[in-house]
Amino acid sequence: MLENVKQVILVLSGKGGVGKSTVSTQLSLTLKEKGFKVGLLDIDLCGPSVPYLLNLEDQNIHQSPEGWVPVYLDKEQKLGVMSIGFLLKSRNDAVVWRGPKKTSMIKQFLEDVYWQDLDYLIIDTPPGTSDEHITVMENLRQVPQCSAILVTTPQEVAIEDVRKEITFCRKTGIPIMGIIENMSGYECPTCSECTNIFSSGGGKSLAEISKIQYLGCIPIDPRVGALAGKGLAAIKELPECTTSKVFNELANKLSESNINGS
Amino acid sequence: MSGVPENAPQHCPGTESADAGKASACAGCPNQNICASGVPAGPDPAIEIIKNRLSNVKHKIIILSGKGGVGKSTVTSLLGHALSKLNPDINVGILDADICGPSQPRVLGVRGEQVHNSGSGWSPVYVTDNLSLMSIGFLLSSPDDAVIWRGPKKNGMIKQFLSEVDWGDLDYLLIDTPPGTSDEHLSAVQYLSQAGVTGAIVVTTPQEVALLDVRKEIQFCRKVGLPIIGVVENMSLFVCPNCKSRSEIFPATTGGAAQLCAELALRPLGALPLDPLLARACDAGADFVRELPHSPAVAALGRIVAEIVNICNERNGS
Ligand SMILES: Nc1ncnc2c1ncn2[C@@H]1O[C@H](COP(=O)(O)OP(=O)(O)OP(=O)(O)O)[C@@H](O)[C@H]1O
Ligand SMILES: [Mg+2]
Ligand SMILES: [Zn+2]
Repeated sequence: MLENVKQVILVLSGKGGVGKSTVSTQLSLTLKEKGFKVGLLDIDLCGPSVPYLLNLEDQNIHQSPEGWVPVYLDKEQKLGVMSIGFLLKSRNDAVVWRGPKKTSMIKQFLEDVYWQDLDYLIIDTPPGTSDEHITVMENLRQVPQCSAILVTTPQEVAIEDVRKEITFCRKTGIPIMGIIENMSGYECPTCSECTNIFSSGGGKSLAEISKIQYLGCIPIDPRVGALAGKGLAAIKELPECTTSKVFNELANKLSESNINGS
Repeated sequence: MSGVPENAPQHCPGTESADAGKASACAGCPNQNICASGVPAGPDPAIEIIKNRLSNVKHKIIILSGKGGVGKSTVTSLLGHALSKLNPDINVGILDADICGPSQPRVLGVRGEQVHNSGSGWSPVYVTDNLSLMSIGFLLSSPDDAVIWRGPKKNGMIKQFLSEVDWGDLDYLLIDTPPGTSDEHLSAVQYLSQAGVTGAIVVTTPQEVALLDVRKEIQFCRKVGLPIIGVVENMSLFVCPNCKSRSEIFPATTGGAAQLCAELALRPLGALPLDPLLARACDAGADFVRELPHSPAVAALGRIVAEIVNICNERNGS
């Protein structure tokens, strides 16, 4: 499975709404801008956000003899995307499925997508530690080049769920590459005072306590928020902003670990 | 999701059909395995037990949102505090149906408490004299414990919560849910099908990524016949603690909850501002309603609660 993928990265978080899909899409876009060939697989079946975030909502998946052909963001086919959103007739359609049905869909996503050769496959997940996650982990156990990035927001309610996700990774044997803290502060557009809405530093101290690499913190930046739905890379549109710096470093870290052959 | 997928063969029986995955037309269809695995559940005797167990609960309200992190748990706890303060004779229970990420023990400040099993069932944890809570969080030995369960096990837990908790007489039972439209939601609705659910309160934030999932949740409600009480918009505006000016942190580029309600003929229940002190209070498990009674968020909450009380009374009367 996924033999032609050099590195698989799972984007996880126990908590909902912490920015997994934003991290997944911006990381994919960053890697693509750096010239890598990237696949983005969205396994959030009940709430797929990737097609909207990348402005691909009207696209369709095609069948080929080799399997499902992903939707490509660009003509050069540097970034391919697979999501259940492409299989729904209308964007309002709900996928009301219990676990077993979700499990078979995810298996198909892992086995039947024709990605061709990829440098990176990024997998965006729903919140929790249930069917989707168990299925992915069970299947990726056979894939040695796989690791996880955990996304959290700084407040305790989120950290608490992410701690559960760490336990989950350790139990299932997926190495954790690091923790990203999202939504750390918000700068008032009127007086420029930065407020830590959800307090701050929670991600960093969690990383220290659990001995996991800290990958940086991303503030709430409405300019980055405005890229949602456009499919534009922060590092290209807003090269000076903190978010771009975090993603740039993260992409560099990933390619270094690749060269080291780990 | 429509009954017939786009890539289905000509005589597809429809994904909802009893023949899904088993009809002759299904041979070779790429969706066959998926369809065949969706085992339809027969009527469960627990449904009747739950009906009896909850017969002394006047209003059963499910708090939903397709999207994660929009404030379902926060809104649930605020409603719990506010409803129980209307009158000391009003009893409110909160059931935390988020099995993998239970937030209520922390938000209500009762982490580390134990639940006891007595002859008449599990007794919930009392936050105040007239506000009680049941959550899987009370059954875990450490906050690091992960509940790594597939659907059927989660469903079993929800069934137990609904059938075995001894709430006593309640005026309101508020059910907090995880994000999505899957096992927990289907089970809650199914198990409560004879008990008479007052309806769902849908929570959203103003930006399109959230609304996108919330529209799916509304379709879910309509599909399973769950009435919708109305929509609460959370984190609508940010009031800067320094200069008091208002700004939109999560801009409503597509009209926010107001537009959503107009589009889908739903009742807007009100909007809660984004208040950093509220986030702190949730983390600390403090009662925000008591500590900051004059904050804009509590004022907004008061209006939302009044609206909900009205609707519940209307529905009960009819
Ligand atoms: N109006 C608000 N002002 C400030 N902070 C808020 C507000 N509403 C929610 N929050 C904070 O936002 C975070 C997410 O809220 P909450 O945990 O209630 O969301 P949820 O929808 O239950 O998430 P999940 O999908 O993970 O269960 C919490 O830290 C909470 O304290
Ligand atoms: Mg919650
Ligand atoms: Zn200001």
